[in-house]
Amino acid sequence: MTARHPPLKSPALKSSAAPAFDVARIRADFPILGIEVNGKPLVYLDNAASSQMPQPVIERLARYQRTQHANIHRGVHTLSEIATGEYEAARGKLARFINASEAREVIFTSGTTESINLAMHGYGRKFIGAGDEIILTTLEHHSNIVPWQMLAEEKGATIRVVPISDAGELLIGDYEKLFSERTKFVGLSHVSNALGTVNPVKAMIAYARARGVAVLVDGAQAVPHLAVDVQDLDCDFYAFSGHKLCGPTGIGVLYGKAALLERMQPFKGGGDMILSVSFEKTTYNTIPHKFEAGTPPIAAAIGLGAAVDYLSGIGMEAIAAHEQELLEEATARLRAIAGVRLIGTAANKAAVLSFALQGVHPHDVGTLLNQEGIAVRTGHHCAQPVMRRFKVPATSRASFAFYNTLAEVELLAAGIRKVQKIFS
Amino acid sequence: MADPKSLYQEVILDHNRKPRNFGTLPDASHLAQGHNPLCGDHLSVALKVEEGKIAAIAFEGESCAICKASASMMTAQVKGRTTEESEQMIREFRDMATGKLDTAERPHHLGRLTVFAGVRDLPTRVKCAILPWHTLHAALNAAGSTSTEADQDPMHAPIGDA
Repeated sequence: MTARHPPLKSPALKSSAAPAFDVARIRADFPILGIEVNGKPLVYLDNAASSQMPQPVIERLARYQRTQHANIHRGVHTLSEIATGEYEAARGKLARFINASEAREVIFTSGTTESINLAMHGYGRKFIGAGDEIILTTLEHHSNIVPWQMLAEEKGATIRVVPISDAGELLIGDYEKLFSERTKFVGLSHVSNALGTVNPVKAMIAYARARGVAVLVDGAQAVPHLAVDVQDLDCDFYAFSGHKLCGPTGIGVLYGKAALLERMQPFKGGGDMILSVSFEKTTYNTIPHKFEAGTPPIAAAIGLGAAVDYLSGIGMEAIAAHEQELLEEATARLRAIAGVRLIGTAANKAAVLSFALQGVHPHDVGTLLNQEGIAVRTGHHCAQPVMRRFKVPATSRASFAFYNTLAEVELLAAGIRKVQKIFS
Repeated sequence: MADPKSLYQEVILDHNRKPRNFGTLPDASHLAQGHNPLCGDHLSVALKVEEGKIAAIAFEGESCAICKASASMMTAQVKGRTTEESEQMIREFRDMATGKLDTAERPHHLGRLTVFAGVRDLPTRVKCAILPWHTLHAALNAAGSTSTEADQDPMHAPIGDA
């Protein structure tokens, strides 16, 4: 059998600045990839749920706690100044990573879900009212559905939903037809977590903004896998999570255009988001601090900054190219297995494969693959509308990251065949 | 720790392939629905109770292998038993599946159902094995429907429970 980690070089990229892709060297940065599960080497294919953390990021978190930690923004002592500097430097790194025009357009949150709830409370509750319409898509994760349902119920607004094709692609003609004079907001995922579909968000945003409609993009599954440029996309909001980006849990980002953030009302009230407080009148702080009440996840933000440094060092284009290779190989291997039905076959996909195995419930697929050390996710993936559209209660989902290998694709295929054999 | 793979041994796969008592019961006296919203398992259990005994039983629905096999073996074991004996088996199965009853050490009435003992080492699958039994309990007590996310879920003991 070939080595588990064959060195993999990506095809020559357009610029000589990007280093050649050496997946074996990259894997060596991730201690957890060396563990065994049920006596087998871990094959971690659940990256859409959460990604693993490389040693440089682990070490950055430890170094912060060892040498730099204090509460931020209000202290005049040295440690507080250092911690504040590092926290704000991390904000700058995130801004550059997504090409925001200013660092103050990056709000640190606890994750994508909180980011979306922030937009709902800060923007939605102020600017969306009775009779207004919100457009969402069938592909949305529950976190980009439920907050808008809560808003619609509170305000008496209506939600209209973009349908998808059997391949899992948004029907753009239908999207355009959903617009009316009452349309105020679009919630749109960049990449579908259940199907892997990469949506044509730039064109969809342009269509909405030409009609004066604001757009929030759920980028949780996009930012780890492709280069995101929020100015190029021209979205009003962009939300994503740190733990899907090789960073720690408990941290995420809401990007918002500065002019928009300034007009919004705060989400959480408390310390740091104010300029002055009296019982007669309280004035709010400037952005982004207006949206960062209380002590933030300082260590986690700094860790996320280190994570984007790590990813930038590899290069998002190189990462995307390697993952596309994994996707192509995995798609071909799974298609070759009779009884496997791929769910989500869009022309433009991220390296996510949802599949159904005939005669075997996803739960059983997942449990038996786990016996082989293979971690996939089974269930509705917080995307019940997608499941219903494909008439399945759940799927098994393998989702790849840049540290997965072609050998692991082989192991997944072999594992699926083994499950079939047990149930035959 | 028992080898979790043994849960997929032949008897369970057999009951999954050819579930016993699968179908409807036109003259049922008791009926309940069971549902695991987290994974989509759902089934219904129909009973005909005569003179305190389960004279007939059937189950239907869509579920994973563990759930279907558990339901199939359950119906085979409780058919002909009194409702009290069935309730006792429900308690014992639940305790076995949650690791509270060591069937090798303590007396019980589970017979071949001990093949499911290994599910205690697969916490995420315990609910699959238990759902048919929860549903049977709901049917016997005319509760109508049950969910693995209900208060009686054995995996979520009330706060303060010793």
